[in-house]
Amino acid sequence: MVKVLVPSGALGLNYDKKALQRGILAKPDIIAIDGGSTDSGPSYLGRGVSKYARSSTKIEWAGLMEARAEANCPLVIGTAGTCGTDSAVDWMLDITREIAAEQGRPVKIAVLRSSQDPDFIAQSYHDARVMPLANAPEIDADTIHDCTNIVALAGVEQITKALETGADIVIAGRTTDTAIIAALPINQELNAGAAWHGAKIGECGALCATNPQSGVILIDFDADGFTVTPLADGAKATPHTVSAHMLYENSDPFILYEPGGHLDVTGSKYAALDETSVRVTGSKWVPSERYTVKLEGARVSGYQTVVMALLRDAHYVTHAQQWADDIIAKCSEKARDRLGLTDAGFSIQIRLIGQNASFGELETNAAEPKEIGAIGIVTAKTEALSSEIGKLLNPYLLHHPLTVEEEVPTFAFLFSPAEMPRGATYEFVLNHTLTLDDPMDAFQLEVHKIG
Amino acid sequence: MAKLKDHVQKVRSKNAGPFWLTIDICCGSPDAYEFIVEKLETARVAQVFDTSAQNLKRFDISDLNVVKFSLPRPEVQGSVLDRDMHGASWAALLSEIEI
Repeated sequence: MVKVLVPSGALGLNYDKKALQRGILAKPDIIAIDGGSTDSGPSYLGRGVSKYARSSTKIEWAGLMEARAEANCPLVIGTAGTCGTDSAVDWMLDITREIAAEQGRPVKIAVLRSSQDPDFIAQSYHDARVMPLANAPEIDADTIHDCTNIVALAGVEQITKALETGADIVIAGRTTDTAIIAALPINQELNAGAAWHGAKIGECGALCATNPQSGVILIDFDADGFTVTPLADGAKATPHTVSAHMLYENSDPFILYEPGGHLDVTGSKYAALDETSVRVTGSKWVPSERYTVKLEGARVSGYQTVVMALLRDAHYVTHAQQWADDIIAKCSEKARDRLGLTDAGFSIQIRLIGQNASFGELETNAAEPKEIGAIGIVTAKTEALSSEIGKLLNPYLLHHPLTVEEEVPTFAFLFSPAEMPRGATYEFVLNHTLTLDDPMDAFQLEVHKIG
Repeated sequence: MAKLKDHVQKVRSKNAGPFWLTIDICCGSPDAYEFIVEKLETARVAQVFDTSAQNLKRFDISDLNVVKFSLPRPEVQGSVLDRDMHGASWAALLSEIEI
């Protein structure tokens, strides 16, 4: 039996303290929490920074370091600092050092690094060891070198190596969401299908139960299956809430690809053990022939400036799309003319909030709004050009008339200046796997003793 | 004519990684599930998202009374033309079709 305590779906989202205390009393073998996701977009990976506030991260991590000492078991965080780059890992290590000093407790920390050397990835690409997944963008060697950060997603093999150092705390760079939970049960040679399936069910904390925001769950792994129990007052896992979690953020609810193979839950059985716990059996792990890890990479796609105006005049609200299209045409012409740009060098979008900003031309609901927010988005190759085009766009959003005959209108600006620089904007450019001879070939492990 | 959302408990959408979107139609009862499975053609859903039926993965999951669709993101998450970082709103488009 291996008991894994999961305090919440991500460090920074908070957890129920009373439920965590119940978890400690259950004598967990490991406390595992996820620190990241691609879900907030490419900027975090592109810049190598955390999405969550340092203050929240510190206070929640300090609580988990206390819990670890009390439970006398390892504490592991995967995808530290949202994106799991070396810079994010160092940020997390720095926070951990601060807390260790404040708590006055010596700790041994294993750091698993997932950032990739672009030359290594380019060479692997050249050697046909970087292969596209479904709907991957086209890439070449230049794409790889354009990335400001590339990470590989560690699996159980790398987490196991980190745990084998005997560390009290493992701070891991990018890992799969599941690997930090699945590692110990697999290392103890329990059922691998159950280990990965339980890890997938548990990786979002209590999202697999009622009262999903309470966070804390306990997963018991054994030789045949796993049992999931949410620990907060009133939180219940049912066969429905648990099996339904396989739908969440998965393009295929039955098959989950992981480093070294895939999980198949087609034949899984979900049974209520009591009012709060669910037992799952019949999950299968299918090892792959080659050992692959997934890559993520982000590069700068341009520099953006945003200008926003509010349309409240009924005439302009009715004709907002025509007005916006005309501004884009005229302002683009001016940018080409005055800045000597070609269309490849910049873009201007105007999205009409309240009308069709969510879907553009796919919008089917044509109800007329009372007011519309017109958000102009300039993307250009440098910050200076983006700012310059933003200044060209400003007078249009303030005063552009639908026809030359009508009186010059004025629209509401929210701020002075109206142009808001957004700095660099990033894009995900890798959806690929990397073949490795040894799982540690793309990862580095180091140990720090503090106090 | 009633909309899809009037027949079911909930429609939700989310990213499945930066390159895929996934939309779950949680029907809420076996009857509603059977109705949706019978009446909602994959080609109709493809049309809503301006893609081809071959691009859609469909899962009819009777154990959960859920019909799930996954499709390549029309724009990669966070790219310059993307309008919805988390894929949050796509459910609304599907939930408003008449059925």
